[in-house]
Amino acid sequence: MKARVVRALAILTLVLVVSVGVGLAVGSQRIDPAGLFADSFSRTLFFRLRLPRVLLGLVIGSSLAVTGGALQALFRNPLADPYVLGVSGGGALGASIAIALGWSARVAGVPLVFAASFAGAMLAVSLVRTIARTGAVVLPGALLLSGVAVNLIAAAGVLTIEYLTDPSSALRILRWLTGSLDIVGLAPIGRMLWILAPAWLALLALSRQLNLLAIDEDTAATLGVNVRRCEAVVHTLCALIVGVTVSAGGAIGFVGLIVPHAVRMMFGEDLRIVLPGSLLLGAAFLILADALARTVLPSGELPVGAVTGLMGGPVFLWLLHRRQQFAAM
Amino acid sequence: MDECRFFEAQHLGFAYPGGPLVVRDVSLTAAPGRMTAVIGSNGSGKSTLIRMLAGLLKPRSGKILLGGIPFDAWEPRLRAREIAYVPQSTTTVFPFEVTDLVLSGRTPHTQRFRFESAHDREKALAALDAAGAAHLAGRSFTSLSGGERQMVILARALAQEPRLLLLDEPSSSLDLKHRAALIRTLVRLRKATDLSTIMITHDLQLTAAFDQVVAMRCGETVASGTPDEVLRDGVLRDIYSDPDVHAQRVGNQTLVWINL
Repeated sequence: MKARVVRALAILTLVLVVSVGVGLAVGSQRIDPAGLFADSFSRTLFFRLRLPRVLLGLVIGSSLAVTGGALQALFRNPLADPYVLGVSGGGALGASIAIALGWSARVAGVPLVFAASFAGAMLAVSLVRTIARTGAVVLPGALLLSGVAVNLIAAAGVLTIEYLTDPSSALRILRWLTGSLDIVGLAPIGRMLWILAPAWLALLALSRQLNLLAIDEDTAATLGVNVRRCEAVVHTLCALIVGVTVSAGGAIGFVGLIVPHAVRMMFGEDLRIVLPGSLLLGAAFLILADALARTVLPSGELPVGAVTGLMGGPVFLWLLHRRQQFAAM
Repeated sequence: MDECRFFEAQHLGFAYPGGPLVVRDVSLTAAPGRMTAVIGSNGSGKSTLIRMLAGLLKPRSGKILLGGIPFDAWEPRLRAREIAYVPQSTTTVFPFEVTDLVLSGRTPHTQRFRFESAHDREKALAALDAAGAAHLAGRSFTSLSGGERQMVILARALAQEPRLLLLDEPSSSLDLKHRAALIRTLVRLRKATDLSTIMITHDLQLTAAFDQVVAMRCGETVASGTPDEVLRDGVLRDIYSDPDVHAQRVGNQTLVWINL
């Protein structure tokens, strides 16, 4: 088992390193590596824009993928993903409310926007879970449907708020609802990592319990897992991670769906590989998707959420088709 | 502590929210090496009872003692080393590999942040073998039939190395041969490791191998004793509320049938 984990993570680390290289190399402006030291324009472009963007992709991609993997296990639903379940939407709504109200302050270094986004995400995940759970089972169909509804409500909420505050802010709305990795400077990423890194580690530490929960809830309970507590902790961690990422990059879709499945296909079902593997591959995936978004158009660029949506939507439909039991419910 | 009563359920009662009592004043003990069968008609509260014994439902009244200590006072992980549970059926969404699934039964014995050792792996493979499912080792759980799944889940419970094994109608999806194999396995483990068993079953023939049969009706215990004492016309007619039930000794077993 240990050898399997090491091998999988070594391969995925390599993939990540290559994608970071690609992400740093491509863009609307070619940056000559040699020019980095000589030319101050290149340097500014690289350190203020290109590098932060790739790092933000890394942080957000990791976050969305690992929460996707954890939520799939927790709900025993291969179609679960923070975007599909409306958790990202809830976070986006929370963040846009905070921004509309002008809460730009930070408390103990933590931006209030993070807190608002976390609250929105937490509300969404609790709502979806409460609706989908009847007695001891979480109905897979009801889970996805309530996710759809929460997403629509959140999107309408974001739209209303943006429209009320500034009717010309169509671009900002787009950013919240489809996601973008546009960022200037490294400081915001530092503030995110301060919260995200511990949350990632906490989630990884739960991977064995999540393994048992992914098999069956009763099984987990009779093997010594405190199911209710584990569920509450995973909910909170996922809402925290998604909340923080959404308030920086908007609701980027389907990363949490595609990436854990890709890791499973390559290395099997064990969450002790799937979760850390998703951290690595999620980062690689979003960096590459963003590289594509930046270069695919002859002029200008696509929001990265459009790229992940165009890739992830069909994957979702394919999974839905493959799992007849979900279509039936 | 009286070692003969390491597990004791006293006066258990249970009702689902807003519903009537489905288990009423049921008491049960398990001693090392003792095999107890619980029989009764559908809806008589057997599954609810065994789910309470497994710690999956909290009794509304009464208490459960394990090693003389109240159930709730046990740390879940340590309790999982004592009691294993085989549900009626298990379906997984994700295609876990059979060996990994059985290996998950070792969880209560491994340290939290350690991987399972070679020793755990051996135990898992031995359990798979004991459950008669060694040939399924490389398969994915989702590709198995109901009966095969049941054997794998039994293997996982055995890998847990419990002192008490709780089984909820494990034989319902097993064919004749595998039903017999299941009972033989339980009898062998009783001899080898003093394993204690509480098993719900509708297959009354299987109870011949058990030390004690507890019969339930409408949430209450209506009879309890050796298979010979319980498998009698009068008792069975009462349990199943049917005057056409018959029991007859054939060799050293009791056959039960119903006139159609």
